[in-house]
Amino acid sequence: MIRFDKVTKTYPRAAGATALRNVSFRLGKGEFAFLTGPSGAGKSTILKLLYMDERPTSGEVRISGYSSDKIKHREIAVLRRRLGIVFQDFRLLEDRTAEANVAFALEVIGTPRANIPGKVARALTQVGLASKATALPRELSGGEQQRVAFARALVNDPFVLIADEPTGNLDERATRGIFQLLREINASGTAVIMATHDLALVRSTDYRCIELNHGEIVFDSADAPKVEVEMD
Amino acid sequence: MLALRTALTAFRRSPLLSVLSITTIAFSLFAFGLFGLVALNIRSALQRVEERVEIRAFVAEGTPVETIAAASDEVAKYPQVLKVDVVTQSQALERARTELGEFKDVFESEFLPASLDVKLKPGFRDPASVKAVAAQLKGLEFVDDVRFGEEWIAQLYKLRNIAGAVGGALGLAFMAVAVIIIGATIRMAVLARAKEISIMRLVGATDGFIRRPFLIEGSIKGILGGILALILTYLAMRVLGQYLRFETTFFDRQLAIMGVLFGALMGLLGSLVSVGRHLKRV
Repeated sequence: MIRFDKVTKTYPRAAGATALRNVSFRLGKGEFAFLTGPSGAGKSTILKLLYMDERPTSGEVRISGYSSDKIKHREIAVLRRRLGIVFQDFRLLEDRTAEANVAFALEVIGTPRANIPGKVARALTQVGLASKATALPRELSGGEQQRVAFARALVNDPFVLIADEPTGNLDERATRGIFQLLREINASGTAVIMATHDLALVRSTDYRCIELNHGEIVFDSADAPKVEVEMD
Repeated sequence: MLALRTALTAFRRSPLLSVLSITTIAFSLFAFGLFGLVALNIRSALQRVEERVEIRAFVAEGTPVETIAAASDEVAKYPQVLKVDVVTQSQALERARTELGEFKDVFESEFLPASLDVKLKPGFRDPASVKAVAAQLKGLEFVDDVRFGEEWIAQLYKLRNIAGAVGGALGLAFMAVAVIIIGATIRMAVLARAKEISIMRLVGATDGFIRRPFLIEGSIKGILGGILALILTYLAMRVLGQYLRFETTFFDRQLAIMGVLFGALMGLLGSLVSVGRHLKRV
């Protein structure tokens, strides 16, 4: 479903900086994987390559039948409709209510208006925020804002949820709540790939963990003999 | 429809920024419009002067009236000629009397020669053409002398060319300033919504979908700015006209519409460029 094949990424502006070097891994359907490693190790680059915000300098990224070699600009929009993406900084529109923020993701891809309220209500319920649908982001706690962002990411029923440090701005309690939400999302069949600094969080689970350093994979628990993770 | 609604919502969400961009557009177009108005008035003043360009071919005394009439028809067929008036001796006297007012009694007899007064078509009033026609008239055997104010026409044309060149250069400069200011204004509006654009891209909106409301918004701003500029220009002209007691022409309907459309085009292009920049990256 997701496959990185000898992917190298260098950014032309940062002279000589190689963000990723010869990275290969696969992620199966419904799988959960952490991306860990220090800042600048290449975690975000991997995620950007997944949603085709970046293209590899060499090697190939395959996701849901699309190849980074062949995907057309227009198809990237189509691909992203099937991805859910969340960030550390939530990226909510401050002047709109929680439900309007979620509805926004449907409106801008041309979802028929009649279908929007139902889908929005379902997504907000899924993240446990049904009672705060009409609140503005500033009236919500950090954890709640991130839940709105999750609802927005989930509202189009993605096959994979891409989370870039989703708990980076949250306190421990909110982090646990968000992580619990991620487990539930994964349990319902959506694959999750989550970049995080939080090693305690990673160690508290037996999910797959891919560790990066200086743009290279230095450890992948899927390769370790003890852990059994199904690969496609 | 959604694009239009989104564009209108944008006005409602940030009224201050919208008003600011519309006034900025209006003022830069206003400067351009004022300049255009000055240029237009100088041009129409020159045109009025130019209309007075005339060649007068004096007819030798004793030439039969029929010969003059036939020659007049002949001259009227020259491609450059707009109109030929035959001025008989008595008409020449009459004209001299009215033109010279108090000296009218000086002229008693018909000593002034008859003439063919030739007016040229627009486009043939430049020194070279006038000279050429004058030479042709001089070639007619009954024509004694040809007068056409050679120096005066040369001066007029020099003035016209200078006015044209200066006007063109200034106009381009004003237009460039207008384009830059409008571009910057629209860019500000787009920048204010950079987050919205990045979210749209993340959730899979197509470029066209993202672009459309901005283009509509930009065009509406351009049109409103253009209309405002037109009103300002008109008011400025009225005020100036009153103080200077100078008869001024305003843009005709066609030019006015063109001005507003120019505003719309600026708004559209400004948005296109600024949104394009944001579409390249999340």
